[in-house]
Amino acid sequence: MKKTVSLTLALTLSAGLLAGCSGGSDPAGSGSSEKRVVNVCSWGEYIDESLIDEFEHETGIEVNYQTVPSNEELYSMLKTGGANYDVVVPSDYMISQLIEEGMLAELDYDNIPNFSLIDDRFKNLSYDPENKYTVPYTWGTLGIIYNSAMVEEPITSWDAMFDPQYADQVLMINNSRDALGIALMDLNYSVNTDSEEELRAAYDLLAQAKEAGVYQAFVMDEVFDKMETGEAAISAYYAGDYLTMLETNPDLKYVVPEEGSNWFVDAMCVLKDAENKDEAEEWINFLCSTDASLKNMDYIWYASPNKEALEQYPEYYEETYGEELDPELYEIMAPPQEVLKNCEAYLVRPAATRTLYNDLWTDLGILA
Amino acid sequence: MNRKPSLFSRLMTGLIFLFLYAPIFVLIIFSFNNSKSRSVWAGFTLDWYDKLFHDQMILDALYTTLAVSVLAAVIATVAGTFAAIGFYNMKKRWRTPLMTVNNIPMVNAEIVTGVSLCLFFVAFFNLWGDFAHWVNGAFGLQLPEQLYLGFGTMLIAHITFNIPYVILSIMPKLRQMDKNLVDAAQDLGCTWMQAFWKVVVPEIKPGIINGLLIAFTMSVDDFVISYFTAGSSTANLAMRIYAMTKKRISPEVNAVSTLLFVTVLVLLVIINVREARQERAAAKQRIT
Amino acid sequence: MKKNKLALFSAPYVLWMAVFVVIPILMIVVYAFSSAGGGFTLENFARIGDYMVVFTRSFKLAFIATAICLLLGYPVSCFLAREGPRFQRVAMMLIMLPMWMNFLLRTYAWMSLLENTGLLNRFFEAIGLFDLINGIFGTNLEYFKMINTQGAVVLGMVYNFLPFMILPIYSVIVKLDHRLIEAARDLGADSATVFRRVTLPLSLPGVLSGITMVFVPAVSTFAISQLLGGGKQLLLGNLIEMQFKGTAYNPQLGSAVALVMMLVVVVCMTVMNRFGEGEEQAVML
Repeated sequence: MKKTVSLTLALTLSAGLLAGCSGGSDPAGSGSSEKRVVNVCSWGEYIDESLIDEFEHETGIEVNYQTVPSNEELYSMLKTGGANYDVVVPSDYMISQLIEEGMLAELDYDNIPNFSLIDDRFKNLSYDPENKYTVPYTWGTLGIIYNSAMVEEPITSWDAMFDPQYADQVLMINNSRDALGIALMDLNYSVNTDSEEELRAAYDLLAQAKEAGVYQAFVMDEVFDKMETGEAAISAYYAGDYLTMLETNPDLKYVVPEEGSNWFVDAMCVLKDAENKDEAEEWINFLCSTDASLKNMDYIWYASPNKEALEQYPEYYEETYGEELDPELYEIMAPPQEVLKNCEAYLVRPAATRTLYNDLWTDLGILA
Repeated sequence: MNRKPSLFSRLMTGLIFLFLYAPIFVLIIFSFNNSKSRSVWAGFTLDWYDKLFHDQMILDALYTTLAVSVLAAVIATVAGTFAAIGFYNMKKRWRTPLMTVNNIPMVNAEIVTGVSLCLFFVAFFNLWGDFAHWVNGAFGLQLPEQLYLGFGTMLIAHITFNIPYVILSIMPKLRQMDKNLVDAAQDLGCTWMQAFWKVVVPEIKPGIINGLLIAFTMSVDDFVISYFTAGSSTANLAMRIYAMTKKRISPEVNAVSTLLFVTVLVLLVIINVREARQERAAAKQRIT
Repeated sequence: MKKNKLALFSAPYVLWMAVFVVIPILMIVVYAFSSAGGGFTLENFARIGDYMVVFTRSFKLAFIATAICLLLGYPVSCFLAREGPRFQRVAMMLIMLPMWMNFLLRTYAWMSLLENTGLLNRFFEAIGLFDLINGIFGTNLEYFKMINTQGAVVLGMVYNFLPFMILPIYSVIVKLDHRLIEAARDLGADSATVFRRVTLPLSLPGVLSGITMVFVPAVSTFAISQLLGGGKQLLLGNLIEMQFKGTAYNPQLGSAVALVMMLVVVVCMTVMNRFGEGEEQAVML
């Protein structure tokens, strides 16, 4: 008797194992009949999570929401393979690269009627000139966030990111494009240079600062915690995230440095291999509706490209919180043309430059 | 060695335990903190525990962790038991090289195991994609052409690194076993199958149970190998926590860890008390 | 005949090993010798030369961490072995218990302790330590810099892997035959001699196994250096992770680094085990 029991057990287990193998593909649901699913990969702190519930409730589509820290890491995940995202939200330059490598699917804009709500200035941008692949999600600037209680005088220049005077107080951004970009901007070079000499100069600037002990750490979203608690005094990060931090630490200030900066658009795209393209388009459509954009903007503080939502936001804020939105904050969130004029978007670089970026970045990483 | 432990040795042992437990106390204390801060105390609350039970992401991760660990531990224990018996009965000429291969996942750095399995799975998926495409075209079948890393691959990886630990804990028991037992059983009319179930398995049972526990513990605690083999759609608790350390750790995770910790603590205490009692009873019997 | 039948029990697992252990490792070898386009190349290994500093840093930190673990773990194992059985049982339980709390989370808790504005620095400030030091030395100290240093990374390694040193050493020492020690004493050996000639050689298998179990994970960790080193103290693990899932995608280079690391570790371990004339299997748990 005992023997039979054990044998059955062993058999069930091996059956379970086989099921496990084939089930490897399954969590995404292989399409038609069963539960509808969409797999989304975005950045951390980049959505009002109640919108996910709302979408699931409205459409019955289950959202599998994942996050990844940076464009470069997203790219690694996609290239390594085995990831089954449907929707990703890369930044401009990474979108061009993904299009170039044939990794994105063309969208069916008939399924995304809310695309018409997007402000025309965010359509047909250089990364997707015919607007076949993308729907913009947010936009904003990169700038310096600093703790006014911890530095003597207001910061106005990228120099602060390399200044030994702030040794151990600075957080450098932990991805190659932004970090080298900051150094390029400080040297008054274009962030889209392909000149090896200029890129090496930028690398040297970073390397010297790193060796002089300027950087307390290299961070992405760890920056929230460290800036909010006053663990670090200066960091370079995105405007929207600054506004989130400001809610917890009123001493923080944001500045688009005088040398100019980067302005970015992050856009939603569907991957070529996506199994749930219809669901993906429904999700995208949902997120660019005016209501969702307003709600999202209020939560993540990144400006929406939805024209109505952007215009209505101050009103929405007043209704929700019963007080006026500080116009200065609104300008940080949605910078006016004169600020943007001074900012440059990242464009995709040719393969040789990208390899150089990777090599310089690894070299910087191994420095003591 | 019969000397009484000195004050110094007690002190040093105490300090080591303080070192091991200081961060754990911090974690537990801050799971009751009435703010998201990790270092400023803002009053007592049970909110995080309440939130935890409504956080689908963390609950899913917890479920995945437990499911993978239980399945991997049980499968690895069954497979490892057979494998250990097989190895033990092998000629040394065969056993030695096979045991060396068996030790690879234990001796190898986890990251190497993880990366190698990741490369393997992805290469296999590509081959499979071509194969399935061909089969579907040629025979009009509906095989999935696109496979992804997920629960299945993570489970395979866990089984792979668990089995060597099971074998390692069973082998000594096999060596301790009287070699003639099996022969005796067979001489007395057992088939070799019966000899296996009635003689070998009971003899090595402590080793099997020990192996099961080690395998389960290894699986629950694993991060690196899961990180490389679980892909994007599945995440165990460790992967979720790692993703969180890259932004903000929610005190909900402190709460879930505290609960796990307390559960294991209680289990261990119960097991230990029972064992101690049994030992005392056995000792008494011996005396009387 | 009977024997061979039982030997067949291992056949499925041998097949499993071939597929899920041997082939994956061969995949690493293939990748390490491939260029991004797929052709054969040695360039990945040529580039490893540039990363020598990461190899030395990783091996240095792992070596220091292993040495500290041994210096702490060996005496504690001896002390524990001297205690009463109930004390030992509880102590072993307490050593195993932390493994049940996710190591990332425990390491993260160290971050809260070590930060510039962390719990330890707050504590020092509260007891007036900084005022005292500043008063005596005329310095302008506001905090001790502990996080994001190599020291913090070593601390993280010691913290996470110390139990792996204590457990195997303890399990050997506790089984030592006391009569040998008594015999040595009766023959006139003093404590130091007893330790050097009897206890130490007999506990060597445990020590070697402990060293392996600490050194290998320490040399290849990427999470600990990421959390406690602030992403500044890149170790081999970080270098590999970066090429696969991180900010500089290049799996061929990553494979080459992994392969070289694996070989160096295997060589170290073989030499060590020869030196200790280790048994087929050193003692575990």
